[in-house]
Amino acid sequence: MKKHVSRIYMAIIFFFLYSPIAIMALFSFNAAKSRTVWTGFTLDWYSKLFHNETIINSLGVTIIVAVIASVISTVLGTAAAIGIFNMKKKTRGIVMYFTYLPLLNPEIVTGVSLMLLFVFAGMQMSFVTLTLAHISFCVPYVILNVLPKLRQMDMSLCEAAQDLGCSQRGVFTKVILPEIMPGVLTGFLMSITYSIDDFVISYFTHGANSQNLSVTIYSMTRKKVSPEINALSTIIFLVVLTILLVMNISDSRKQKKLREGAAA
Amino acid sequence: MNKNSRFLASPYLVWMAIFIIVPLILIAVFACTTVITVDADGNRLSEEQIESMTAEYYEEYGEDAEIPEDMFTEKTIFSWENLLSVSTYMPTLISSIWLAFIATLICLLLGYPVAYIISRINVSKQKMMIFLMILPMWINFLLRTYAWMTILENNGLLNKFLGLFGLGPFQFINTKGAVVLGMVYNYLPFMILPLYSVMTKIDNRTIEAARDLGAGSVNIFRRVVFPLSTSGIVSGFSMVFVPAVSTFIISKMLGGGTNMLIGDLIDLQFLGASYNPHLGSAISLVLMVFILVCMSITNSLDDEEMEGVIV
Repeated sequence: MKKHVSRIYMAIIFFFLYSPIAIMALFSFNAAKSRTVWTGFTLDWYSKLFHNETIINSLGVTIIVAVIASVISTVLGTAAAIGIFNMKKKTRGIVMYFTYLPLLNPEIVTGVSLMLLFVFAGMQMSFVTLTLAHISFCVPYVILNVLPKLRQMDMSLCEAAQDLGCSQRGVFTKVILPEIMPGVLTGFLMSITYSIDDFVISYFTHGANSQNLSVTIYSMTRKKVSPEINALSTIIFLVVLTILLVMNISDSRKQKKLREGAAA
Repeated sequence: MNKNSRFLASPYLVWMAIFIIVPLILIAVFACTTVITVDADGNRLSEEQIESMTAEYYEEYGEDAEIPEDMFTEKTIFSWENLLSVSTYMPTLISSIWLAFIATLICLLLGYPVAYIISRINVSKQKMMIFLMILPMWINFLLRTYAWMTILENNGLLNKFLGLFGLGPFQFINTKGAVVLGMVYNYLPFMILPLYSVMTKIDNRTIEAARDLGAGSVNIFRRVVFPLSTSGIVSGFSMVFVPAVSTFIISKMLGGGTNMLIGDLIDLQFLGASYNPHLGSAISLVLMVFILVCMSITNSLDDEEMEGVIV
């Protein structure tokens, strides 16, 4: 009895989460422009989507910004994490406070404050301001992922390496970096994801010719009827689903191997 | 590793100063200043005075006359007026807080059983369930909100569906309810994840022990599960409340401009029709202080989290 109640409850929640997405996917194949009346099957919206220059351009902007921002913030953040880790407790506390601030602050406040900064510095909103803004909200995620790895690390490893004649640089590349690599990678992936997904901060810092996908979607939704949006979100959903499934499957395979290894 | 590696943080410290600290100082400075128009003698002029002076000037010298440069000059002065005028927007601020609070509460009520149910099924299924919970979050949230527009419209799918039973049509879109629904839909996973992560740590044997000692379902919840999940409730609450209270897209798309939230007000001052970054900064400052105060209160409720934030 109890089991049935929880099954039904979960089904309702999943229905709530997925029905809007399913409806969008369905109407992306609708022949008419209408969002409510089904008139027949078509793939027109998909071909229109790929011929829509604004969308293709903004897809390019999104990817380039995401790659540049996450690479720079990974380098900057990893170096920062190592530096912060070696700071005195008090300075570390202050630096970490300001690192957390953008994460605690509402996005809209971060967005307008960066906009004020760029205006104040006399910069025109452009691709550059967009990238700078993205780096600044990505760096904290890298730092927060690398710091715990440093804390878990056994520091005597560094000393051992040095005792065995390893140079400063060697200690970094051969000892520290491999140890913190999982944190660095997670930070990098989180940066890419947040950068691709961001709307609010991009909205305040993008230039006329550097709209990313979210900003373009926003201007499309303002125009009310544009079934290309449905096609676009169906594609995004399928891409994300594939990536996540592949990641999950390879992950569980690895775990299975580990378990088998442990058993043998 | 040694003390010398501290210098590795210096590029970031410079970055932090420019992109975190300076922007916040700018917000504070803009909030405490305002642009005024003064006449040739340096007296401040109101909008009406400027208008009547311009009209008089044209009357005297004809429609085509050019207004001399020194007649009006703009000046930035220190003033509390923008911060004080935030009080006229109090109703908007309060209704934002109220709607976000209701949405957070609904998320908690809906998400708590979900997190509990997932945390009690076998481990291999748990991963899949959590994966399915997060999956919708990977679609751009504008698209998710747009999907609800389609459903809630006056001749949208929901009204069509109800029409089959001879009900309605009802006004769903452009209501406060639609805004709350949008918040719940977009932020529900933010509530489920932290709840799940604390509940998965609750040992089944603890619950069994309580049952063996004669506790009923109500008592098990009240005295075992709930106390062990409070830290998840606190972090889930702030993870939903903060984005909900400051959103401006959900209210624009589902609230139809009549249900303005504090985020819409800020947006209007910076990129909207009533361009006034000084007032916008003042509202942002108030919102930021409100959120940071809320966060420090919730963090002090939950010591474990505090460690995470400060260390």
